[in-house]
Amino acid sequence: MLGRLASARTGGMLALAAALALLPLVFANNYHYEVAILVGLNAIIAVGLNLLIGYAGQISLGHAGFFGVGAYGSAILSARYGWPPLAALAASTALTAALAYAVGRPILRLKGHYLAMATLGLGVIVSIVIATEDRLTGGPDGMGVPPLAAFGAALSGERAWYALVAALLVLSVWLALNLIESPHGRALRALHGSEVAAEAIGIDSARHKVLAFVLSAVFASVAGSLTAHYSGFITPSRVTFLHSIELVTMVVFGGMASTFGAVVGAALLTGLPQLLTVLKEYEMVVFGAVLMATMIFFPKGLVPSLAAAARRFAR
Amino acid sequence: MSVLRAEGMCKRFGGVSALDGVSLSLAAGTVHSVIGPNGAGKTTFLNLLCGIYAPSAGRVFAGERELTGAPAHAFARAGIGRTFQTPQIFLNMGALENVMAGRHLHERCGLAAALLCPPWRARAERDCREQAAQLMREVDLGQWLHAEAGALPYGALKRLEIARALAAQPEALLLDEPAAGLNARETHEIDELIRRIAARGIAVVLVEHNMRLVMGVSDRVLVLDYGRALAEGSAEEVRRDPRVIEAYLGAEALAA
Amino acid sequence: MSAALLQYLLAGLTLGAIYALVALGFSIIYNASHVINFAQGEFVMIGGMATVSFLGAGLPLAVAAALAVVVATLVGLALAKFAVEPARGASVVTLIIITIGASILLRGLATLVWDKKIHALPAFTGEDPIAIAGATIVPQSLWVIAAASAVFAILWWFFNRTLAGKAMLATSHNRLAAQLSGIGVRRVLLASFGMSAALGALAGILIAPITFTSWDAGVMLGLKGFAAAMLGGIGSGPGAVLGGLALGLAESLAAGYVSSAYKDVIAFAILLAVLVFMPGGLLGARAAERV
Repeated sequence: MLGRLASARTGGMLALAAALALLPLVFANNYHYEVAILVGLNAIIAVGLNLLIGYAGQISLGHAGFFGVGAYGSAILSARYGWPPLAALAASTALTAALAYAVGRPILRLKGHYLAMATLGLGVIVSIVIATEDRLTGGPDGMGVPPLAAFGAALSGERAWYALVAALLVLSVWLALNLIESPHGRALRALHGSEVAAEAIGIDSARHKVLAFVLSAVFASVAGSLTAHYSGFITPSRVTFLHSIELVTMVVFGGMASTFGAVVGAALLTGLPQLLTVLKEYEMVVFGAVLMATMIFFPKGLVPSLAAAARRFAR
Repeated sequence: MSVLRAEGMCKRFGGVSALDGVSLSLAAGTVHSVIGPNGAGKTTFLNLLCGIYAPSAGRVFAGERELTGAPAHAFARAGIGRTFQTPQIFLNMGALENVMAGRHLHERCGLAAALLCPPWRARAERDCREQAAQLMREVDLGQWLHAEAGALPYGALKRLEIARALAAQPEALLLDEPAAGLNARETHEIDELIRRIAARGIAVVLVEHNMRLVMGVSDRVLVLDYGRALAEGSAEEVRRDPRVIEAYLGAEALAA
Repeated sequence: MSAALLQYLLAGLTLGAIYALVALGFSIIYNASHVINFAQGEFVMIGGMATVSFLGAGLPLAVAAALAVVVATLVGLALAKFAVEPARGASVVTLIIITIGASILLRGLATLVWDKKIHALPAFTGEDPIAIAGATIVPQSLWVIAAASAVFAILWWFFNRTLAGKAMLATSHNRLAAQLSGIGVRRVLLASFGMSAALGALAGILIAPITFTSWDAGVMLGLKGFAAAMLGGIGSGPGAVLGGLALGLAESLAAGYVSSAYKDVIAFAILLAVLVFMPGGLLGARAAERV
């Protein structure tokens, strides 16, 4: 049985790596690379957030805030203070982790809608601070970010960025899968299954919830830092409640408690608006309608429902 | 030295006193039953013994250590295990994984090891899986090794919860109505299981309504009524105690 | 009391009354269905924008406002029937996304039906500020406070004194028991969305002369109404009113005495603090999990 599990996971990882390696063959221009890189960055966040929502059974409506801390942390340290981008990234990640730990301990005692509200409030606070401290952050107009450089060489060009993001995505998925199949992962799933029973077998549920929260925040922060360097520019529009909701939707679309599902969910939700821009003024209407319809008809997430349908079809 | 000791446990909810001055001293390898009518405070007492509730007054000790007011997972760490009246199975996992989760306290795995999965992790997982499978076979759930937890019938779920609790290698095991909803054959199996558990040296606290099971398997019986201890002693003593007969057992139980 | 303090209190009261109306909408829907309706803010927006349209079509203000409330109520009923009812029993997160999708859809429709510009509604009885003990207040604020108070009184009477209202409350306490008692729970769901939409629209109409209205005016109001409902304890009517007033006052005082730019931060920070120390909100009950 262990062999079966290992091969399912290895198979999935190989499929992902192969897909990422072969995808550029169908790219016709730089725009395709751009979308793919965006998908990859969102997927990294989704994989982390899935640990919190899908496995630990918690909720966060404010993860764009952690994305913002990473993005602006990297931007400010590298652009205004001349830090090497990698050092700035490390520092921003550490800051995000500390913030997530500090607020996580008290608010993860909350459940359900109260937790949703608390995380929402947290995200809003971060976004307002970013938009208001304009001497530091450039305010609503945003600020420029130097390119990602290390050891004298700057990362530039869509192909190089694609390779980096793809590699990091594979790494993220690997880390997440490792965690899920470890005692820590079991503890997370246990406290989702029944918190009181988890405590009865010695699982410190508060500690594990905070762990999932901090890890998911770190994934979001790193993705934020990379986004800032990749775009060369960052504005507060990426640190909004709407962005937090998009992130949650990616996880739900993909079917919670499925790491690969989160990747697919990110691809769908990032790709969809790109498709919809052709509809111009109807974009919002269609996007909203698609969100509603998908959740009404596929409440367990698009990926598991489609997978189940595929299995039935294959029989 | 008692495995688990409770002194003068009181629990008040708002103005209602659910439990008032109940004490218990548990020796290793013995089965101590708690009986009483519905609402007598039995489950409240169990919740106090495993830290789900903090007492309004009174103290709890595991061996030498005082645990009063500690969180539930600290009680588990001190060797106190628990099953629930309605099985609190992790339905989002497989049956085997439920029992593997029970091994939590005995698994050595730091966060870095969990994320990076060094080679010894695979062996540790395999060992954990084997231990869990062994426990499942011990409680006669061998046929459900590969099943999803939700697929198990009710009686099997109750045994699964016991296996999960045993996986933590507790010194004291609190069983909340393990025979509830079971037929005669399944109840007999639970009876045997409790004896096997006690024979291992684990102290058992049993809350039950099934008097035949209680009287047959218990070393000591505590009778609760309206949150207070009515009587305490061996099964025979309690059976014959007129106060108990008047309050609870009734004529039918005398005949049994 | 200094004139400035009185000024801030009056402004806070006005704001608080609006938040309370929106928060009541959240609580009523939550009680009937355990759904947090993230499209609540859009009802506020529809109230304001629709009134602007009807007014522009030549109708008198009172008629335009009444029609706008009707439109919003219909939208609320449609949302309940076509989005929430089919998804009964879905998880909390799924329902949240459905209502968020609805809010995006409604905002998109708003840009199509109307436009992306900011619109103003004329004040009900004129714009000349009234002086009260050194502070000034616009007549519209008085309308807001008076109308909101009237609504609170009507709702209190409805939920505590009428059979229909008690039936709705019963559904919130125990849906199955309510069903078994012959209460039409599906109708309760529809009624709750209809009522909340009307409440939201009313709030939008009342506040539009002061803060103007636009296609996305509902977003922040919806969030703050949600915050207020949580602050008071979700599902509690008095809690919604208390939470709304508390949030409005906190925001106004913060804007006046600390920093206008950070008023929202302070409001949410207070909310977070309350949630951490009183997880059920100010008036919320602490539910015990029975095992």
